[in-house]
Amino acid sequence: MARITLDKLAHSYLAAPKSDEDYALKQIDLDWEDGGAYALLGPSGCGKTTLLNIISGLLTPSAGNVLFDGQPVTQLSPEARNIAQVFQFPVIYDTMTVAENLAFPLRNRGVDKREIEQRVNDMLSTLDLTDKARRRAAGLTADEKQKISLGRGLVRHDVNAILFDEPLTVIDPHMKWQLRTRLKELHEQFEHTMIYVTHDQTEALTFADKVVVMYEGEIVQIGTPEELFDEPAHTFVGYFIGSPGMNILPAELQGSTLISANASFQLQRNYPVLDASHVELGIRPEFVRVESASAKQSDSPSLPYAITSVENIGRHRIIRGSVAGHALDAILPEGKDVPSEAVAVFDESHINVYSDSHLVKPRA
Amino acid sequence: MDKPWNNKAWFFVLPVFLLVALSAVIPLMTVVNYSVQDTFGGNQFFWAGTEWYTEVLTSSRFHDALIRNLIFSGIILAIEVPLGIAIALSMPRKGIWVPVCLILMALPLLIPWNVVGTIWKVFGRTDIGLLGYTLTAIGVEYNYVSNAVHAWITIIAMDVWHWTSLVVLLCYSGLVAIPEAYYQAARIDGASRWKVFRFIQLPKLKRVLLIAVLLRFMDSFMIYTEPFVLTGGGPGNSTTFLSIDLVKMAIGQFDLGPAAAMSIVYFLIILLLSWVFYTVMTNYGVERGK
Amino acid sequence: MLELNHVSKQVGRETHISGVSLSLERGSLNVLLGPTLAGKTSLMRLMAGLDRPTSGQVLMDGKDVTGVSVRNRDVAMVYQQFINYPSLTVFENIASPMRIAGVGRKERDRKVREAAELLKLTPYLERIPLNLSGGQQQRTALARALVKGASLVLLDEPLANLDYKLREELRVELPRLFAESGAVFVYATTEPHEALLLGGHTATLHEGKITQFGPTIDVHDRPADLVTAKTFADPPLNTARVRVTGGHVHAGERHLGQLANAPPDGEYTLGLRAHHVSLAANDRYQTALTVRVGTSEITGSETFVHLDPDVAQEGATSHWVALTHGVHRLRAGDSLTVHLDPSRYYLFDTSGVLAHAPAAH
Repeated sequence: MARITLDKLAHSYLAAPKSDEDYALKQIDLDWEDGGAYALLGPSGCGKTTLLNIISGLLTPSAGNVLFDGQPVTQLSPEARNIAQVFQFPVIYDTMTVAENLAFPLRNRGVDKREIEQRVNDMLSTLDLTDKARRRAAGLTADEKQKISLGRGLVRHDVNAILFDEPLTVIDPHMKWQLRTRLKELHEQFEHTMIYVTHDQTEALTFADKVVVMYEGEIVQIGTPEELFDEPAHTFVGYFIGSPGMNILPAELQGSTLISANASFQLQRNYPVLDASHVELGIRPEFVRVESASAKQSDSPSLPYAITSVENIGRHRIIRGSVAGHALDAILPEGKDVPSEAVAVFDESHINVYSDSHLVKPRA
Repeated sequence: MDKPWNNKAWFFVLPVFLLVALSAVIPLMTVVNYSVQDTFGGNQFFWAGTEWYTEVLTSSRFHDALIRNLIFSGIILAIEVPLGIAIALSMPRKGIWVPVCLILMALPLLIPWNVVGTIWKVFGRTDIGLLGYTLTAIGVEYNYVSNAVHAWITIIAMDVWHWTSLVVLLCYSGLVAIPEAYYQAARIDGASRWKVFRFIQLPKLKRVLLIAVLLRFMDSFMIYTEPFVLTGGGPGNSTTFLSIDLVKMAIGQFDLGPAAAMSIVYFLIILLLSWVFYTVMTNYGVERGK
Repeated sequence: MLELNHVSKQVGRETHISGVSLSLERGSLNVLLGPTLAGKTSLMRLMAGLDRPTSGQVLMDGKDVTGVSVRNRDVAMVYQQFINYPSLTVFENIASPMRIAGVGRKERDRKVREAAELLKLTPYLERIPLNLSGGQQQRTALARALVKGASLVLLDEPLANLDYKLREELRVELPRLFAESGAVFVYATTEPHEALLLGGHTATLHEGKITQFGPTIDVHDRPADLVTAKTFADPPLNTARVRVTGGHVHAGERHLGQLANAPPDGEYTLGLRAHHVSLAANDRYQTALTVRVGTSEITGSETFVHLDPDVAQEGATSHWVALTHGVHRLRAGDSLTVHLDPSRYYLFDTSGVLAHAPAAH
């Protein structure tokens, strides 16, 4: 178990990178606490897998350092770094039994025979695989194989960190629920530092205490799931997290009044005077109420809402449409009807202001 | 209702059937026919029953040749398979050397059998051959014409030189198909180079190795051209393998009956041994799991 | 219209598809929903004509095409893997089925550009697929299937290998594309959520059988049996063994409320969706249930609370999940009271058939 520090880390797959664009990872500085659960979230090509491979030692960065507990490990091999990794596709040793698979990393490290047996048996019961211990690993289902991959890391008590590279990609939805919770339980039980790479927001948010959102080789925000949901630092985060993502509308800021879609919104907080030309309003679909135009007007402005489609996804409905020519999505809770003549009402306490795509922090 | 899946398909398969019938089934039947009859020439045949089979199976000449064949195939497999794997493992996986290595490996496979024989025959001559001359010059009394061991070594060297490439290419194709994640996982698990081979590469090579072993076994068991070109089965009978003996019997002595019986027995032995290899290799490690 | 009449597929001793009857309208989007190995791909292969059914009939627009091979069937297919001609440009890839069909150059050009516009591929038309992102490669494959103008388009988990967010966007676009082309569309997926977003009709598959077929939201809201309800639930369906007497539902000793229009007295399996387990009581969520908290998963706007109802007392036959709005920080192992609304209960009889469903809203 270790604290992991990334110090001015950068990487390019080119031998002689020239411009910023040649870098798969632009400068990254990060500090991950010992025993934390972190997620690296971003679309494909954002550099998250590159970063993971640098941490595990499968890749040497072009610049900067990786430190475990303050000790530089940048030049060390994966085995010397003492980490474990679970890959996208289950990696198991086909010819070995489940128990032999779990024992393998211990045998390689010359752990005492009785100790191995003890730890493997413990791990088998932790993973609910005791009854399959003598089975050949090749015949198991995808989720069981992933459990074995994970078990090979956990069985080494002293690993500095466990890294996950989209481990649920090949797992069926129902099994995903089980594996995800099992992973959380194991994290609480063993308190390993865990780093989880994914493009799936649900996996990232449910797994991690802190999520690192990456975009085009850079970190755009590090935050708890609530922070990412309530106050996305960048419009990209707003769009990337949440289904559907945050609505972004062009706007104009005048003191604590935000003018957008031909309406004035009274913001709950005070904002600095912005000289930026490009101001936007951000509001999550969860905070857009869809009401009937004939209903009693609330204090907040009602925007005439032209609905183009309604998707019923069971527990709620996703409404898609536009206000004053700008696309706007809303979420309609179960049990409410879609009005024929609709207006959209924003929850003003959840309006965010963006200037040149970056969140404007209100004045204290 | 239950008409064949696609009637057109039969038109495409038919020529192959005819070809196989003409080239394999009919000759085989002719041989079976010969093997149960006797003739004194003039196209007159008499029923001989299993007489020829008994004669072939009890003759020491047949036994000796069969043992030579088994030893030869055993040596060939024992050398070519490990050597092929080793070469495949040391070949580069990417970069500009890949095509170079592949072409080098493919070269021997392009050379016809009899040419290989002639090349080595000349190569090993003590008067003008580079190998024979060098060996003699450094004091080794090398002579494949009179020394049985030397003849064997030369034939084995020929086969190894000619056919190891096939094993290499098959193994190489198997190796490049292994996803990178396996190697990464093994490094993280702290596996040694040997364990990576034993638990990742070897299991993943199982299928191609099965093909390699079968091909090399069948081919080496049918060895003919190399000893024929080199010494014609000598010195003495030391390199008279079943195939050479068969030709001697059929064409040299014109004993059609015994030769036909021997052909059949020879064919069945290859079939049986191939089946044994196949079953053993496909079942290896399976029972343990169930 | 594509019709399957009692179609079965036997491979060796294994039954891959058993007695499937379906009829799919032109211009409709049909989702095949089921876990891995439920038979989705096998069924699609039978529909396409890649495999021949062991028994049963396949009809296209009323014509028996059971023995007709895929070449003569006017079918387009898109797979989970991105399959394009590697040496052709995106433009040539999209145009390829029309070239084979001998469509004129002008017409071809127009259609390719149209499809490229729809699928946002216009800037990449002259590129080679391998130099594109996964999403762009798959959109190329989709465009090719679209311009082919086939009467049957089969999509086998086409978005499974794409990024979450990209999937979300394509899911919104796909139904629109489908509706316009007038073909029969079949879309296989393992994800209930995806089926709901796509809408159209859904057939749920379980061990090679279709357990239900109907408008997607109807199948979701009124599953014919327990297997369908479980297949079409994400998070997994919460279940418990209950006894109904005079409209009162009991799990073991515990009273779980009273039902309007209750089924006859007897033993049932209770099914309850995760978002119908509430942490707060209100005028509808009145039935209290004490449970032990497992793991909580916080997504920022919602919390999935994993619960362990006391099996002996509550008769739970599965681990439970509550999906609640807002962020709730709960400690694992603590005891917690959740609230249920009896009008949201599903009841399945001992043979698994739906006996009671919540009223539509």
